[in-house]
Amino acid sequence: MSVVTVDDLALRFGDRTLFEGLGFELERGELLAVLGPNGTGKTSLLRILLGLLPPSAGRVVVEGCPPQERCHRIGYVPQQRVFDRDVVLRGRDLVRLGLDGHRWGFSRFRANDRARVDASLAEVGATVYADGPVGRLSGGEQQRLRVAQALVADPVLILADEPLLSLDLAHQRGVVDLLDARRRSAGTPVVFVTHDVNPVLHTVDRVLYLAPGQWAIGTPDEVLTSATLSRLYGTEVDVLRVRDRVVVVGTPDDQHVHHVENGH
Amino acid sequence: MFTQLLGEPFVHTALWAGAVVAIVSGAIGVFVVARGMSFAVHAISELGFTGATGALVIGIDPVLGILGGSLLVGLVLGLLSLRGRERDSAIGAVLAFGLGLGYLFFSLYQGYATEALNLLFGNILGVSVTQLRNLVIVGAVVLLGLGLLYRPLFFSSVDPEIAAARGVPLRALSVAIFLLLALTTAEAIQAVGVLLVLTLVITPAAAAQRLTGRPAVALLLSIAIALVSTEGGILLALARSSLSPNQSWPTSFFIATISFSIYVAARIFDWSRARQSRLIASPRRRMWAVR
Repeated sequence: MSVVTVDDLALRFGDRTLFEGLGFELERGELLAVLGPNGTGKTSLLRILLGLLPPSAGRVVVEGCPPQERCHRIGYVPQQRVFDRDVVLRGRDLVRLGLDGHRWGFSRFRANDRARVDASLAEVGATVYADGPVGRLSGGEQQRLRVAQALVADPVLILADEPLLSLDLAHQRGVVDLLDARRRSAGTPVVFVTHDVNPVLHTVDRVLYLAPGQWAIGTPDEVLTSATLSRLYGTEVDVLRVRDRVVVVGTPDDQHVHHVENGH
Repeated sequence: MFTQLLGEPFVHTALWAGAVVAIVSGAIGVFVVARGMSFAVHAISELGFTGATGALVIGIDPVLGILGGSLLVGLVLGLLSLRGRERDSAIGAVLAFGLGLGYLFFSLYQGYATEALNLLFGNILGVSVTQLRNLVIVGAVVLLGLGLLYRPLFFSSVDPEIAAARGVPLRALSVAIFLLLALTTAEAIQAVGVLLVLTLVITPAAAAQRLTGRPAVALLLSIAIALVSTEGGILLALARSSLSPNQSWPTSFFIATISFSIYVAARIFDWSRARQSRLIASPRRRMWAVR
């Protein structure tokens, strides 16, 4: 049985249709990359999957339950957003919030919870800086903690919204490898929103490409082709394979899609 | 002389009132600082002044006016749940209007000017037993609210985006913290006055933030600093007036001075520690162990 079912989903803002008729299923352990230019509803799709944004039509089911009912934990890794330098928060506290931050009252000291936080910190290699203030960590270190925060509650699904933005290549790879390892070991499917597919190209199972008003889903070899993207954009688009990288040329907003200069 | 004063019932009442106000202000302060709400505190307290002078004009208890004024503006600001610059300018506009209105009420009020002066700068030595009882009740409500909401409030203060993704109701919490803040402000006005509320609601938490990276420790430190400031301030004011009975200095001055001194000391401590660890450690190593 699939973990996530998206059925005939539509999203409209006023008379603008971001997408409609969107449907796909996510199996256990699957990694889906959501690609496309800005303003096509990539982040909105994640907000629908989180149960924060009601779709205009259609439905989403996560493990047999609509996400807004919050029957299951969904891990969320946001864009790297630097913490205030002086915020009173240690790495350990940030991860702990992912476990029980939404509950009432004070968090009690439970050896079991502490062990889960420790295990999560170890999993992402953040143990050494877990007791330091979050605000003084580098962007890459903060993003590792974000992954630990998303993983600590053993989510049934992981959603990541441009988690690699403004990270250097080593940290980009680190974050991708962490999510990849979890979906392989625990079978947790991952939805990964990104404007540049190349950092995840080696591990991605399927690609959902959102173009203005159009979408396509399939393996990278099916979707990231000149034919498919030309059809989506309704204009001549070239997809080039340069060694193990994909470069898209000729989209109406070229500068946003698959930066060539981001190369290895 | 001084020991004689310490035996006076009004001094005991003041010390208890100071303790209640300090605990409540120090506790809510850590959330206020984490959410960057200092300016909102000031606005709520000035609207408390408007409420109080309004109450004086129509002849009811000014404390009720303080509560009404600060709760009203707290509710409005909480519902708007604005962020950043928009919040800043909205608060500024509300604050200025409220203060103008307060001045009108003040000039309409035919009573004693000292009453208005006490509103502005506080008069903790004048707190009555009935007022103390009310302070305890309102303070208990605030502490209970903070205790119940502690985790989601903390989550939404330091990490709003993830908190929202986890289903934490940000707007409801924003309203809740503003209402609790309004109650706290109404308490603190009675101790240190409208203009010095920040000395108990912001300064201790800001100092605590410099001293520790642990949220729970920061909460306790903030309360402790607020306690030392109020109780120390009351005692110093009494000592000063027993030295020269003809010329007593206001308690609020001593409270503000102690809390500010602790704040400055905390900043110096933090700065020298950071400097030291930079000197000792290699550039990549940071001062985890110390904080």
